[in-house]
Amino acid sequence: MTARNYRFAMITLTLALLVTLPAWVGNPYYVNIASQILFWAICALSLNVLVGYAGLVSLGHAGLFAMAGYAAGLMLAAGHGHALAILMALIVTLASTAVFAVLALRATGIGFLMITLAIGQIIWGIAYRWASLTNGDNGINVSTRPAPFGLSLASADGFYYATLVVFLATVATMIVFVRSPFGASLRGTRDQERRMNMLGYNVWLIRFLAILFSGLWTGIAGLLFVYYNQFISPQVAALQTSAEILLMVISGGTGTLLGPVVGAGIVVIMKNVVSAYIERWNLVLGVIFVVIITFMPEGLVPGTARLWRYGWHRLKSRRLAVREKAESAAS
Amino acid sequence: MNLWLTLAVNSIALGGLLFLLSAGFSLIFGLMRIPNLMHGSFFMLGAYFGVTFLSRGMNFWLAALLSGAAMAVIGGVIERFLLRRLEGQVLPQVLLTLGFAFIIGDISLMVWTGDPWQPATPAHLQGALQVAGLFFPIFRLVMVGVAVVIAIALWLMVDWTRLGAMIRAGVDDAPIARVVGIKVSQLFTLVFALGAALAAFAGVIGAPYLSVYPGLDFEMLPLALIVVILGGSGSLLGALVGSFLIGFLYNFGQAMFPDLAYVILFLPMLLVLVLRPQGLFGRVVS
Repeated sequence: MTARNYRFAMITLTLALLVTLPAWVGNPYYVNIASQILFWAICALSLNVLVGYAGLVSLGHAGLFAMAGYAAGLMLAAGHGHALAILMALIVTLASTAVFAVLALRATGIGFLMITLAIGQIIWGIAYRWASLTNGDNGINVSTRPAPFGLSLASADGFYYATLVVFLATVATMIVFVRSPFGASLRGTRDQERRMNMLGYNVWLIRFLAILFSGLWTGIAGLLFVYYNQFISPQVAALQTSAEILLMVISGGTGTLLGPVVGAGIVVIMKNVVSAYIERWNLVLGVIFVVIITFMPEGLVPGTARLWRYGWHRLKSRRLAVREKAESAAS
Repeated sequence: MNLWLTLAVNSIALGGLLFLLSAGFSLIFGLMRIPNLMHGSFFMLGAYFGVTFLSRGMNFWLAALLSGAAMAVIGGVIERFLLRRLEGQVLPQVLLTLGFAFIIGDISLMVWTGDPWQPATPAHLQGALQVAGLFFPIFRLVMVGVAVVIAIALWLMVDWTRLGAMIRAGVDDAPIARVVGIKVSQLFTLVFALGAALAAFAGVIGAPYLSVYPGLDFEMLPLALIVVILGGSGSLLGALVGSFLIGFLYNFGQAMFPDLAYVILFLPMLLVLVLRPQGLFGRVVS
């Protein structure tokens, strides 16, 4: 089997598993967890555009995520329809991402991170303290889920399929994005900022567009989140959420498309498992951070690939050694 | 009139506290380029240590010093054995410090529970000073006094001692400093421990004023960040000016726009970023 065929078979198998998931999982609880993994994966993929491909680490993405959710929640609470609420939420997210980008791009590296963290905290501050608008800690309830083309999303399965469609669209967009000339120039700004500048690329604009792109998909994930939970509170905008999204990207492996998805799966499953047994999710989260940094700094997917290659190599060279020994003994 | 004056005194008190918090952060960030996201956790853990010592009947100042010393050890160990291995790698440093911030936050929640702790103001610092018919709470004046003393001590240390000269050399050009025989690595551990100690000390001093509760860590961390972005990293004068600016904005914002006080806090930071990205007293790093 050639590598290409192998890859095609893997993708087909994964797609088939994803599409039939509600059938073989059965229990709506697990279908719901699968939905959670998918929309967090969308969020992690969009943050990965910045962390992995632009070299810009944002700790304010929970703010953009929550912004979309709050915009939709507020529109619905004001009695508007779902289509308008979703449209408005995306516009609001895109506009605030533009402001976010203009401010954060005053710096790169640590400076970028600190500014995004501060902006994320502002959004959290608004959500938490501006109680007359956002209802403070009590959050906003979203009473209904939309029914696109007359298909109900009220059930776990229905919502799962809607999320799956958006997720596949995200993955397709990300593949196109990463392989496009724009994706290449973005990686160029990550690796060789000065050279890109000299070559006549507008580094600032490239980064700005990348942040807009990332913010838009984060907003879409935020919309799925708010429709899934039918509730949004300031907790969503907190630094912890940003850290969890970052953990998904890092634990899976930055700069890959599979990494953030795997990372999202691990984090969501861990979080559900951990919180079912003990209360200490934050402690576990912190320990995972420290352990990953210490032992597998490049992330699980590239790390496993490295170990796999290493093991494969060892096995092959051992077989070779055995054969050589046999041959030399025979001669 | 009276209200404004009270607000001003509170602002100066908060400014002093913020200076104690952010001076260490500024040194760590300026010298080692480490984005120490557990600085707020040092503050909170220090405060919790402080309330524990105080509840055992220890003298207030002794508790503050002891808490600072304990945090210096903890900070020094984390720097020496974990952060040291990640020199120059921003993302791993961020994750490591963030990871520790979560660990410290959760352990504090476990040990000291979710209830807020507010130690009583020490007896000899209670009461108010009456000047020209106005009352100034003594404890807040003392907070400012402590901040001023420490600011002067830090300034003397950084600008007038051999140690300070070595730190400045490390800030300006670490490789060259190493070449001329300065042990930059040990200096880094020392500065990190000092920063942690200052944060913890500030935590104990601030405990009767702010009270200690879960979440205080991530409430203080952004404040330290804004102060340092405002003032310019590595600049003590910048940290001082930034702290008092934020102190004023916070108290006046709280009084005038209670809903948006937290947001108002960030406006000067955004303004400074747009107009002068290196901060008010920061130097342009080429």
